[in-house]
Amino acid sequence: MVENVICTFCGSVCDDGQFDIEQFKSKKLCKLGSSKFSKKERIKAPMIDGKEVSYEKAIEKAAEILVNAKKPLLYGWASTVNEAIRLGVILTEKVRGIYDQCASVCHAPGTLAVIEEGLPGGSLGAIKNRADVVIFWGANPMEAHPRHGMRYSISAKGLLIKDRKQRKVIVVDVRPTKTAKLADDFIQIKPGYDYPIISALRAIISGNADVVPDEVGGVSKEKLMELAETMKNAKYGAILYGLGVTQSRGRDRNIENAVKLIQLLNRTTRWVIWPMRGHYNVVGAGEVPAWEAGYQYAIDFSRGYPRFSPAEFSAVEVLKRKDCDAALIIASDPAAHFPKAAVKHLKDIPVIQIDPFPNMTTLLANVVIPSAVAGLEAEGTAYRMDGIPLRVKKVVDSEYWSDEQILEKLLEKVEEFKG
Amino acid sequence: MLEVEVISGRTLNQGATVEEKLTEEYFNAVNYAELNEEDWDTLGLQEGDRVKVKTEFGEVVVFAKKGNVPKGMIFIPMGPYANMVIDPSTDGTGMPQFKGVKGTVEKTDDKVLSVKELLEAI
Repeated sequence: MVENVICTFCGSVCDDGQFDIEQFKSKKLCKLGSSKFSKKERIKAPMIDGKEVSYEKAIEKAAEILVNAKKPLLYGWASTVNEAIRLGVILTEKVRGIYDQCASVCHAPGTLAVIEEGLPGGSLGAIKNRADVVIFWGANPMEAHPRHGMRYSISAKGLLIKDRKQRKVIVVDVRPTKTAKLADDFIQIKPGYDYPIISALRAIISGNADVVPDEVGGVSKEKLMELAETMKNAKYGAILYGLGVTQSRGRDRNIENAVKLIQLLNRTTRWVIWPMRGHYNVVGAGEVPAWEAGYQYAIDFSRGYPRFSPAEFSAVEVLKRKDCDAALIIASDPAAHFPKAAVKHLKDIPVIQIDPFPNMTTLLANVVIPSAVAGLEAEGTAYRMDGIPLRVKKVVDSEYWSDEQILEKLLEKVEEFKG
Repeated sequence: MLEVEVISGRTLNQGATVEEKLTEEYFNAVNYAELNEEDWDTLGLQEGDRVKVKTEFGEVVVFAKKGNVPKGMIFIPMGPYANMVIDPSTDGTGMPQFKGVKGTVEKTDDKVLSVKELLEAI
């Protein structure tokens, strides 16, 4: 039995798992973590146009595609380790391509808001130990981060907040989710009305309740007054927001408004706001290019230096505009997770895929390179959703190459071809 | 036919099968729409029925399920089926509108395409 296994599924990156090597089974992890640490169908061998080849041959072909492309898109990165992402950023610069990552269709609107307003944040440890009010806004951790509530935010036992009774949990969502069932209060809002509701709360808290109408986005003024009161009276409050806020009308502006609400509350008490990040290292997929090139996503290197512009260089925009002539997809499955208008172009260009598992992108990829599962078969560093770096372990041996190994070789080949 | 607002999002089953996309388990985890009970009755749906969801961006056939959603809203788990009908415009942010897209839902006899067929149809 391996102790303290670090789970590489969701952004909670639980560090207390156990793994029974003989039975190939995990203990203590949630349904998502258990599925991560279980036997699944794998991509058996590297392939070029469906024909099995050696790693060397597949990597050579991949390098050829990237070098011959005018503007390749290198996308994914959320489910791999920082060491691999670092090589990915260097590779993107070498081939003068576009670097984009999964947050682009997940929490990147929050990044845009942070550029505007900053981020009054705190670690998950601080939330666990101190937060007497936790608001999940458009977030459903019971399905997306099942142990988050137990370890940090709902029933977690902390230093100052010792049990569930000392913490008020509020869920703001458009439907009664599983998380809403565990909350002390559930506030159901109309889809796309996050922005005006946040504005109403700002008005009430700043002493301008008279301008708030009787109802905003499906919530009565009375209810909003009550919520504002709870927020003002909190000793340490946390808004933990999910894709309900970033993927609906308003997107980045919703978060920007929420950050302003937090700034207002921080004049009299202590509040933090933090995104409930999805993949285990989607934070790394943004942080690593940020410390390498200055930006978190949607980075174009076609002029030889990095330029950031999500309206132009985010994967969905690039694909919709047919503005890339090859793609390398790693640790992600855009064929399953992009709108169909973006998937269409992926079907028309040469695609290289690096991933442990067959998925929808495999079905359209020309070069498929199977990789080891980080956290199970390969080690490396990942950032937990609150930016805490954790060293994920290699628990079992594997014939598969790690993402880091594959990218190292690919980079070497690209440099060789470019001369 | 009913006018609805389409939202998508994660579910536990979607997450647990996300690394097995070409299996029956994943197909079952993402190929349905949850409707409010009242909307379910209005459309005269029965267990196992299919519905066609249409928006200005596309259409998709999925299985119908009774779910805990407000009247006038349907929920499709994030994935290839939801992505056939969501709004691909990003308002300059890079983020398509995966939630809150106006559309219609109607009962249909058409079959639910497999994940592979869906990709071929794009």
